[in-house]
Amino acid sequence: MEGEQKMSVMTIVQAINNALDIKLEEDKSIVVYGEDTGKEGGVFRVTEGLQKKYGIERVFDSPLAESAIVGAGLGMALSGLRPVVELQFDGFTYPAFNQVISNVSRMHNRSRGMYKVPMVIRFPYGGGINALEHHSESPEALYAHIPGIKVVIPSTPHDAKGLLIAAIESDDPVIFMEPKRIYRAIKQEVSDEKFSIPLGKAKVLTEGNDVTLVAFGAMIRECQKAIIMAKEAGISVELIDLRTIYPIDKETITDSIKKTGRFVIVAEAPESFSVGAELMAIANEEAFLYLEAPPKRVMGFDTIVPLAKGEPLYMITPERIFYELERTAKY
Amino acid sequence: MISNLKIPEKTIIKQPAMIFDQFDPREDKILRIIDNEGEVINKELMPDLDDETIIKAYKSMLYARVADQMAVSFQRQGRMYTYPPILGQEAIQIAAGQLIREDDWLAPAFRELAIMMAKGVTLKEIFLYYMGNEHGSKFSKANHVLPICVPIGSQLLHATGIGYSIKYQKKDEVAFTFVGDGGTSEGDFSEALNFAGVWNVPVIFTIQNNQYAISVPVKSQTKSVNLAVKALGFGIPGIKVDGNDFFAMYVAYKEAFDNARAGKGATLIEALTYRKGAHTTSDDPSKYRTKEEEQEWDKTDPLVRLKKYMDKKGIWHEDEEKLIEEYKQEIDNQFTEAENFGAYPLDDVFQYMYVDMPEGLKKQKADYELFQAWKESRK
Repeated sequence: MEGEQKMSVMTIVQAINNALDIKLEEDKSIVVYGEDTGKEGGVFRVTEGLQKKYGIERVFDSPLAESAIVGAGLGMALSGLRPVVELQFDGFTYPAFNQVISNVSRMHNRSRGMYKVPMVIRFPYGGGINALEHHSESPEALYAHIPGIKVVIPSTPHDAKGLLIAAIESDDPVIFMEPKRIYRAIKQEVSDEKFSIPLGKAKVLTEGNDVTLVAFGAMIRECQKAIIMAKEAGISVELIDLRTIYPIDKETITDSIKKTGRFVIVAEAPESFSVGAELMAIANEEAFLYLEAPPKRVMGFDTIVPLAKGEPLYMITPERIFYELERTAKY
Repeated sequence: MISNLKIPEKTIIKQPAMIFDQFDPREDKILRIIDNEGEVINKELMPDLDDETIIKAYKSMLYARVADQMAVSFQRQGRMYTYPPILGQEAIQIAAGQLIREDDWLAPAFRELAIMMAKGVTLKEIFLYYMGNEHGSKFSKANHVLPICVPIGSQLLHATGIGYSIKYQKKDEVAFTFVGDGGTSEGDFSEALNFAGVWNVPVIFTIQNNQYAISVPVKSQTKSVNLAVKALGFGIPGIKVDGNDFFAMYVAYKEAFDNARAGKGATLIEALTYRKGAHTTSDDPSKYRTKEEEQEWDKTDPLVRLKKYMDKKGIWHEDEEKLIEEYKQEIDNQFTEAENFGAYPLDDVFQYMYVDMPEGLKKQKADYELFQAWKESRK
């Protein structure tokens, strides 16, 4: 990092709060709202303190209606504002799905470019927190499948800040999914200054020669633990964090597969028709002749995420990742 | 204990009919029968319930309260996961419990412990659910009760559809469903009431207006004078009732059930109450409301009011402390049964997804078993 930059230790929650703070300060057209987002600062306290600082017209509680939160946000985005709306949980985004798929994603195309939709839809996603039903889901494939929107998932406080700033500055609508399981689990030095990380670029987190491992969000941490196990077994793993689900960074993935010849994908969503399936297609289309083993997905079952007692069977552990890494490496 | 709530059909309300007409929600009228001191302030509408029924109802409310408070403490002890308390909302559900029949349908949201018990759901099942086991949603002794429904307001539409089935099948049943004040902002709320109105089906919608949707107060939820008035836009009757007044809730439900069974269609009841506890055990109400406000609502507590009424009438002779100890023992036994339910087998993750399990899903399970075997072999 460059010499004079002031750094603070942040969690993902704090980094997102900081990104919103910087953008609210800088751009008066930004409004932030959702259920419990204003006074309480959100059920995960991501927007804590922002209403006090920027006022109730810019950071506020909406009535309880996800479709209205997103649909009204679209109206704002079409008429001069840049809304950053919060939906409370992954499993509660579906009432808004119609607005996302039928309007938010299409307005630019429908109006032949006359209208832009500079809007961000944030929500916490993913399992592993012993939650009630509808609080543990990973619907990234549902959203990534919609033409016209971008889907971003950070895995660290630094990335959360830089990617959110880029998402807010994007003139295209962005779904910003936050890994709630590691909201406070990771602390990292993050620059206090404004910075952004370009959307659509994956990041090689660990270089390696034997197997390419691609993941995102909360699964990165599990992969990092698995890599340590792999190293002990003499397997050198290259770990790539997708960071943006759509547009997907084919180049970084393909380059790595060409180098290692082996490919393992980790994600917690149900396996069938998933981001994992898309990555499989990329491996086949772009690097087929380089593959030395069948690519492997380590993903959720095609089931509902079980309630807390059954969830450990569903959630992907470092051990399970290592198991597949080893099988792929030895194939 | 709580399962034997049904009262004989002979119970008659003195008031001829159409209590709904007397409390026009457009004028923000509220149906109330006893005041905070347990004094009867509307003698004409006082239901003709015998003492035994009233005592039983109070005991059911007390039982629900003890169970609810124990659930919160089990959660605090780490023996259960996130739980939404019903503290303060017992009168609504126990009043409904007096009238709901074994074959009537219940489509609950997630703050309906008391009415679920009144329908025959066991505490063991409820505890098991909040321990994180889906078997807690398979109600072995309760007829026509849907599982807890978390997506806000979505259950209302299911009740409307059940209402259609009842009408189509010419059955003498009623579909009964709950939503919170926040849930009335969801599109599903309006859609459910609209369909119920158009189809003229036997559905009773209850809004438990407990003043907050997590942190958001009802005044930020709607500009409407109250929530009951929303019924009128859909052509169905609506009434605002003091939800902490057992008798008021009883007479409102009595009329709603009578109407539903007489083919007069759906009704909306707004039950004014207060969520004395947190939204769930993950929530901290001190972030968004004041102690003063809580104390103000404490004066309306439904159990205290009914107790005061019984004391004035001289019909309560029980040793309440002893009763609570008995209940605690019973509830604790149910909890122990839930705790001893047994492990969560891999089969439970897969086998209920489909009636006819796809081959791919069988393969996912088989692959996972190979992984488990590998894991075992490394030990």
